Amino acid sequence: MRSPLSSLALLCLVAVGAACTKNDTATASGAIKVRSTDDACEVSPAEAPSGNVVFEVTNDGTKVTEFYVLAEDGVRILGEVENIGPGISRNLVLQAAPGKFFTACKPGMEGDGIRSAFTVTDSGTPVTTGDVAGLLATATDQYGDFVRAEVSELVEKTEQFADLYTAGKDDEARALYPDARTHWERIEPVAESFGDIDPKLDLREADLEAGQTWTGWHAIEKDLWPPTNGYTALTTDQRTALADQLVADTKDLSTRVQDLSYDPAKMGNGAKELLDEVATGKVTGEEEIWSHTDLWDLQANVDGARIAFESLKPALETKNAELATTLSARFESLEDLLGEHRKGDGFVLYTQLTADQIKTLADAVNALSEPLAELTAAVVL
Amino acid sequence: MAGVGAAGVSAVSVPGALTGCSGDSNAAAPDDRVEFYGSRQAGIVTPAQDRLHFAAFDVITDSRDELIALLQAWTNAAAKMTQGRDVGEFGAMDGPYIAPPEDTGEAYGLRPAKLTITFGFGPGLFEDEHGNDRFGLADRRPAALVELPHFAGDNLDPARSDGDLCIQACSDDPQVAVHAIRNLARIGFGVTSVRWSQLGFGRTSSTSDAQTTPRNLMGFKDGTNNVKAEHHDNLDKFVWVGTDDASDEGNASAWLAGGSYLVARRINMRIETWDRTSLQEQEALIGRDKKEGASLSGGKEFTTPDFAMKGAKDTPIIAANSHLRHAHPDQNNGTHILRRGYNFTDGSNGLGNLDAGLFFIAYTSDPVKHFIPLQTNLARHDGLNEYIQHTGSALFAVPPGVSEGDYVGSGLFA
Repeated sequence: MRSPLSSLALLCLVAVGAACTKNDTATASGAIKVRSTDDACEVSPAEAPSGNVVFEVTNDGTKVTEFYVLAEDGVRILGEVENIGPGISRNLVLQAAPGKFFTACKPGMEGDGIRSAFTVTDSGTPVTTGDVAGLLATATDQYGDFVRAEVSELVEKTEQFADLYTAGKDDEARALYPDARTHWERIEPVAESFGDIDPKLDLREADLEAGQTWTGWHAIEKDLWPPTNGYTALTTDQRTALADQLVADTKDLSTRVQDLSYDPAKMGNGAKELLDEVATGKVTGEEEIWSHTDLWDLQANVDGARIAFESLKPALETKNAELATTLSARFESLEDLLGEHRKGDGFVLYTQLTADQIKTLADAVNALSEPLAELTAAVVL
Repeated sequence: MAGVGAAGVSAVSVPGALTGCSGDSNAAAPDDRVEFYGSRQAGIVTPAQDRLHFAAFDVITDSRDELIALLQAWTNAAAKMTQGRDVGEFGAMDGPYIAPPEDTGEAYGLRPAKLTITFGFGPGLFEDEHGNDRFGLADRRPAALVELPHFAGDNLDPARSDGDLCIQACSDDPQVAVHAIRNLARIGFGVTSVRWSQLGFGRTSSTSDAQTTPRNLMGFKDGTNNVKAEHHDNLDKFVWVGTDDASDEGNASAWLAGGSYLVARRINMRIETWDRTSLQEQEALIGRDKKEGASLSGGKEFTTPDFAMKGAKDTPIIAANSHLRHAHPDQNNGTHILRRGYNFTDGSNGLGNLDAGLFFIAYTSDPVKHFIPLQTNLARHDGLNEYIQHTGSALFAVPPGVSEGDYVGSGLFA
């Protein structure tokens, strides 16, 4: 119910009654119909009352098409849907304040598109579409700085960890393990975006297929916290090979991250994915099945999501202050709860948590994750 | 059960027997019944019913004769139940007053609602985990009845996996399906023990062109490109074991000709994190549009996907990691599989999340040639893996159909 769309829709219902779009399986009655063909872009009607505006874009052409809503200057993109295959219909929903705009279909995904003027009349509905472009640019810059700083720390601590492990200083390696991994877990969606690095560094044993070579953190984890039965400790050579690979792959990540650019959608989705990680891997104790240091990872995932959120928060406050308030409060609750499980510089082990404590953590994660999933749409729409 | 009934007749007077209505309580319209006897077992290409109760059993006897007797008793009971009749000679209500009823009674008065009961034989029937030939069947084990390999990401619960025998009961009425499994399990006591069972509340596949494509718990149409009853060529090629498929040494699996293999996979969905995923991401991961089920390269639900079509930024419009791309026959050497899965929820997982997903059932003429490569590919590349986890797994050989007077799988014991 805290969805920005549903609360706006409610507002819309109250304010303009029949003009509101209906949440029905049938075609939304108030939707602007857009018919994109290979050489035409019919937008009907060419105006809408301010508030939530729904464009129902149908591709009646033979080429893949895109649809844009542009500001009066014809340059700034207010909303877009891409990859609409022939015969496919897709909605573009945006919050529009009164003013003049352009619509554009781009069959074949080339050129400036087939444009026409579009007018948003004043419905009386308050719409906050304040120009947040500047705030979002700052947000993406901040987030980029954060990722690069984390990767730098990750490389440093991974090298230390690798040295301890190959030198057979197991106690020290075990102590550094969750600390070093914190810098990985904070930026995991960024690493995952490369596809090939994540499996090399963070594959769990169950993720392997028959015959696949196991590398990365968890192979070393098992060797440092070996099961009591049926495990053969790795030789020094095997340890060295694993550790060298770990460092090389981490450096590879560091190199690739330097030139990476971010956009608000990537950040918002990254935050959502971090909380997914928490829900499916950490709260269940599946991530660190040998070391049981899941709470370190959990804290790190939450850190990463919080940084993304806080970078986006100024923009979010402009567009949906209520969601910003909710998210701040939910982050705080989860942080407080995690605080109860702190011990020394770190946390208690997952295996020391009671079933009730795990359930309470899971509830707090769900409570945060649900509104956090709305962050992207709230800042981008 | 037949023994109990016979004893009952000689000992007491039975009103039901006198009035000639014993064991036939359920007046079924003919179109409510699916024929049990035939050259193929029902419940494979039968248009998928709405509900499922599936059970896997361990055989706990060492006696081959007891095993055969059970298969005979199961065959008789299944033949009756699928036709809307009670189990046993006297059924649910009309037996000896001082004896427990032969039929448990909860389906009394209900129509069979297209009940089918399909039997399968697991690897353990042929050899136990130590390679012991339990029932003199080891040399009849079909070459493709293997132990499935560990696929990437598998998190299998042994208590929800494997089994020596299986029974798939499907009906449009959930009570009828559960009644079937309950009564068959009861008949098996002493010979079999229920290893695990699974309820499915909604079909996720169509097995006939006459059916519309249902949705799975991700909200997407599932099984659009399924092998269906009308696709005779694909059935012969990909579903039914042919006489020349039984090409393993000494023709060990000749008894299986006309049958199939059943792959069961309990696939948990991470429902909550999926629900927090944008529509754009959901469609990209599936490779289809959510409303119509059309592939993202366009058209309608059944339009052939164009995997080469480029979208924005010159990347494939059907994403490289999409489920459609990795499951489609065009990307798997033309492999088709007849899917007959069901949505399930088994309560919640103790962390406030639904224990829910898809109970995947597939029929294939050769799991080694078809299912294993397909699942290896999916486990490796499917972007959907982020949102699913396989938690149960089993493989069974499904013998051909039964003619009246015979019993299911008799060819194996001949």
